[in-house]
Amino acid sequence: MTGDVLLHVDRVTKAFHGLVALSEVSLQVRPGQIKGLIGPNGAGKTTLFNLIACCLAPTEGDVVFSGRSLVGLPPHRAAELGIARTFQNVQVFPGMTVLEHVLVGLHRQAQPGLLGAALQSPGVRRTELRLREQAEALLARVELTSWAEAPVETLPFGLLRRVELARALAVQPRLLLLDEPGSGLNPTEKQGMSQLIRSLRDEGITVFLVEHDMTMVMGLADEVAVLDHGALLCEGPPGEVQRDPRVVAAYLGEGEDA
Amino acid sequence: MRQGSWGFRWLAAAAAVAAVGVWDLVQPGGLARLTGGLVTTDLLIRTGLFTVVLVGLNLLMGYAGQASLGQAAFYGMGAFASAIFTVRARVLGIPPAVAEAWWWPWVVMVLAALAVGAFALVVGLAILRLRGHYLAMATLGLGVIVYIVLRENLGMPHLNLTGGFDGIVGVPRLRVGGVELWPVQVYYFVVWAAALASVALGLNVVHSAVGRALRALHGSELAAESVGVDVGSLKAKIFALSAALASVAGSLYAHFQAAVVPDTFGFVPSLELVVMSAVGGMSSIWGAPLGALTVLLLEQLLRTHVLGLVPAVSGELEPVVFGAMLVVIMMYWPGGLVSSRRTQAPVWTSR
Repeated sequence: MTGDVLLHVDRVTKAFHGLVALSEVSLQVRPGQIKGLIGPNGAGKTTLFNLIACCLAPTEGDVVFSGRSLVGLPPHRAAELGIARTFQNVQVFPGMTVLEHVLVGLHRQAQPGLLGAALQSPGVRRTELRLREQAEALLARVELTSWAEAPVETLPFGLLRRVELARALAVQPRLLLLDEPGSGLNPTEKQGMSQLIRSLRDEGITVFLVEHDMTMVMGLADEVAVLDHGALLCEGPPGEVQRDPRVVAAYLGEGEDA
Repeated sequence: MRQGSWGFRWLAAAAAVAAVGVWDLVQPGGLARLTGGLVTTDLLIRTGLFTVVLVGLNLLMGYAGQASLGQAAFYGMGAFASAIFTVRARVLGIPPAVAEAWWWPWVVMVLAALAVGAFALVVGLAILRLRGHYLAMATLGLGVIVYIVLRENLGMPHLNLTGGFDGIVGVPRLRVGGVELWPVQVYYFVVWAAALASVALGLNVVHSAVGRALRALHGSELAAESVGVDVGSLKAKIFALSAALASVAGSLYAHFQAAVVPDTFGFVPSLELVVMSAVGGMSSIWGAPLGALTVLLLEQLLRTHVLGLVPAVSGELEPVVFGAMLVVIMMYWPGGLVSSRRTQAPVWTSR
């Protein structure tokens, strides 16, 4: 079984100054699957993502990626191990072009020493040209080629999610964490995003996504986990989860939180 | 953004700098006469020295987005290192054969830059975790501490290494072989060689993956980290580079002024550097020489033309004017003279 697990969240508890955001959550993501994570607002979904991306450390429990514990690693190490992410609130670099965003994603390949950069060794230039080609290929992948040289501020919101995706793909991830990839998109854009995510899975990238749009997540995911009030409510194929009375109750009860 | 795109502009700048220098050398004082005493060799040398400091400061503030209100401290550390290790060589037990050799001040300059850079790296790893005005406060504190340590003789008054309030006089001129790099018209070339080299270095950094990572972490540390940029280490490294550049400028200053006093490196000079950076354009390497020149010219005008009209005020007016300039620039002209931002970032992205 362990050989068949890419990500293992093992009895993770996360408390912020006594406020328990996650309580003994265990779940697994298997290689090659699209796994969905749903739950009412404040259920702890983003907290769980931040734990996996090493932006937070669990209070208790362990997060194991590809056989190694992520606990205590700084966030940039997660990228090195093959975990890339997008953000619920789009995180872009103001003043930089779309192409530059992807080039930042290729940062690890640039292996830029400060001294090498300052003295502009010939190797640095060659690498730069190679990275540019790679970045252009990634932009083509998410259909943003025509926006390559555009400053990111000039893009409509729907395309910013693609910029984030291209930047994340530049890391050459084995696990892609998508935090509400459909949020803020119109129905057509959502469909395009779903297709894109599926094609990434078909290329061998494992996808773990948080999504509020039930149609989108149920259509995409091979398996869905439900969080409620920081605890795992249930886990299984989309059809099963949708019919689960506990899930129905959790969502109907959402009004209480709001 | 391709490499080499700045090469032509740099060569043009170098040619202009050389032309001014040669003219000044052939016809000393001609420049000052032509500009009514405003542009002197002295002013151009100071412009060059501040250019070296500002290239580092702009990388740190304009690109990496990390405020430093204590940059003059590193400038002072370089200056005092050069002064102490040449003038006080005997107290330190450095043999005369070494201390009097022409190459010794150059060696001191390089070693001081490395030491100051290493010091900044260590300090930076700790304080660069702070953000916004906390970081500004920490660098401000660092600047004040260094100033006091210099003024208080490094806590070892019996050795009198820094000379306390009075500082150190008699710092020797730089030499190459037996040739002294003086008078001032000759020293101009030394300083501007360093200034142009630091501009080239800065442009190289900016147009590399490192420069990209710096701008990225400025925009979103979270996103930069998520693609594998080691944000903490990169910020500390750029802080170290900026400190090392300031140190080199300080050493060149010490050999130019021949005397160093702690007051040159206190809070007001740090503020002056920030104003220069803002005037020239923080997120631009070319903003460094332009900002330095503009502010120094304004100061000169203030001193020669305005202060004379108001006899009651003394030199204390300078910090007031700097502060006012900074406020006005930040409010109405955040890009400075050279604005590299292609577009003004709308509010929603800079949350």
